[in-house]
Amino acid sequence: MDDFLWRALLAGLGVALISGPLGCFIVWRRMAYFGDTLAHSALLGIALGFLLNLKGSIFSNLTLNTLLTLTTLGVCIAIALLLVILQSQKRLATDTLLGILAHSGLSLGLVALAFLQGEGLRIDLYAYLFGDLLAVTLIDLYWIYGGGALVLLCLVWIWQSLLSITVHEELAAVEGVPVKWVRLLFMLMVAIVIAVAMKIVGILLITSMLIIPAAAARSFARTPEQMAIFASLIGGMAVVLGLYMSWEWDTPSGPSVVVAATSLFIVTFLFPFSALFKLYE
Amino acid sequence: MNSDTVLIQVRNVSVLFQQHIALDNVSLDVQRGEIITLIGPNGAGKSTLVRVVLGLLKPKTGSVFRQAGIRIGYMPQRLSIDPVLPLTVERFLSLGSRKKKSVLETALEEVGAIRLFKRPLQGISGGEMQRVLLARALLREPDLLVLDEPIQGVDIIGQYELYELIAQIRTQRNCGILMVSHDLHLVMSATDQVVCLNQHLCCSGHPETVTKHPAYLALFGERAARDLAIYTHHHHQGNRKNG
Repeated sequence: MDDFLWRALLAGLGVALISGPLGCFIVWRRMAYFGDTLAHSALLGIALGFLLNLKGSIFSNLTLNTLLTLTTLGVCIAIALLLVILQSQKRLATDTLLGILAHSGLSLGLVALAFLQGEGLRIDLYAYLFGDLLAVTLIDLYWIYGGGALVLLCLVWIWQSLLSITVHEELAAVEGVPVKWVRLLFMLMVAIVIAVAMKIVGILLITSMLIIPAAAARSFARTPEQMAIFASLIGGMAVVLGLYMSWEWDTPSGPSVVVAATSLFIVTFLFPFSALFKLYE
Repeated sequence: MNSDTVLIQVRNVSVLFQQHIALDNVSLDVQRGEIITLIGPNGAGKSTLVRVVLGLLKPKTGSVFRQAGIRIGYMPQRLSIDPVLPLTVERFLSLGSRKKKSVLETALEEVGAIRLFKRPLQGISGGEMQRVLLARALLREPDLLVLDEPIQGVDIIGQYELYELIAQIRTQRNCGILMVSHDLHLVMSATDQVVCLNQHLCCSGHPETVTKHPAYLALFGERAARDLAIYTHHHHQGNRKNG
């Protein structure tokens, strides 16, 4: 097997591993649209990264990939914080705010990239929108596993509190959970995952990697922890299948992974495996 | 008043939501071993007062004193779990306080719902859910129990049982209990003190005295007070104008 294929597989599996548990919380907390918003605005981060790469000599010691990940992360975190501030003003409903942020972020990114392309910069927009697993570099891998380890450790640390506020926020607050901090930390974790996983399935498809495996895992799981583990496994299977499709039929890798995940979801949806579990009880 | 037994002291508290007054100069004491019931029409600020007591809401004016190191067990009004979150009663109970399995089981036994232990939370009835919520509050080993409409969605026999259970918990654990209720009839027999709220504090005292109080009669209506109607909702509507 070629090097780039190994890298693609490792990168995809790394992303699947993190997005399993994190995606479960996105599903439980009904934050799919929030994930989408961060992902869409990530394009603004890409544009910013290219701009700094062109102009800023202080960033010259960073590789372009690292720079892009950092600027994407920065923009994602900024958008998440902006949302928290706007939400606290209670002037517009959250989904309206998310709609505004998501599409203005995406459009601003596209406009900025058009200007950069006008300057003669060659950018494969398609790869950023829909992902390109086969173009994953070693540095991307470091980011995925470094960021992923950080997020997973953090998630284990706040797991009980996060689950508690997901079930009932006020009850959790009375029981001593620092609700605001846990919520903020979770948003930051989503931002990190989106920034590092963007390469794999692209900004337009990344929420599907968070949501579809989690949704597929539901029918197997009897506890939240089981659902998180199954989501990672299903995500990993989707990566392997999608990569195989992409290799075999020369289909785009990002959408192939999503198609594979959706197929797995349909299988779990049509065949209620939970009936099997009942036999063991 | 013995200062050791005072769990919560709310003094002249006012709460504003935008321009709307939710609570107007309300004071309330909760003592150890005492059951206090908040009654009042919809929108009277009962839940707002509960949130002030719990520390979830900072009042605009007034003060709230909590006994140092007080542990509060809270039973929220409603809990609806999304079907996409797989959660058994056991796991739900363990969310509030990390305890051994046997401790969780004992708490569930105390509220008479031990057979639910392994069941998914989505599959239990409204009345069963109230018992599970009560068990989670008890697991905190509370000095004060705050129950927001504990008998909501419970059938009439279950309501009697639940009030009996609450009275029993008070004597066994010697904790203070503050509860909100819509229901006049059942509450009167299960409480030491009734606080009648309608933004401001209308009247308070022993159930029998309160039911004869003019402010209470004005709020709930002569007829409602006379037969201690179980369903007070439609009476509120008519009486809020002069209430």
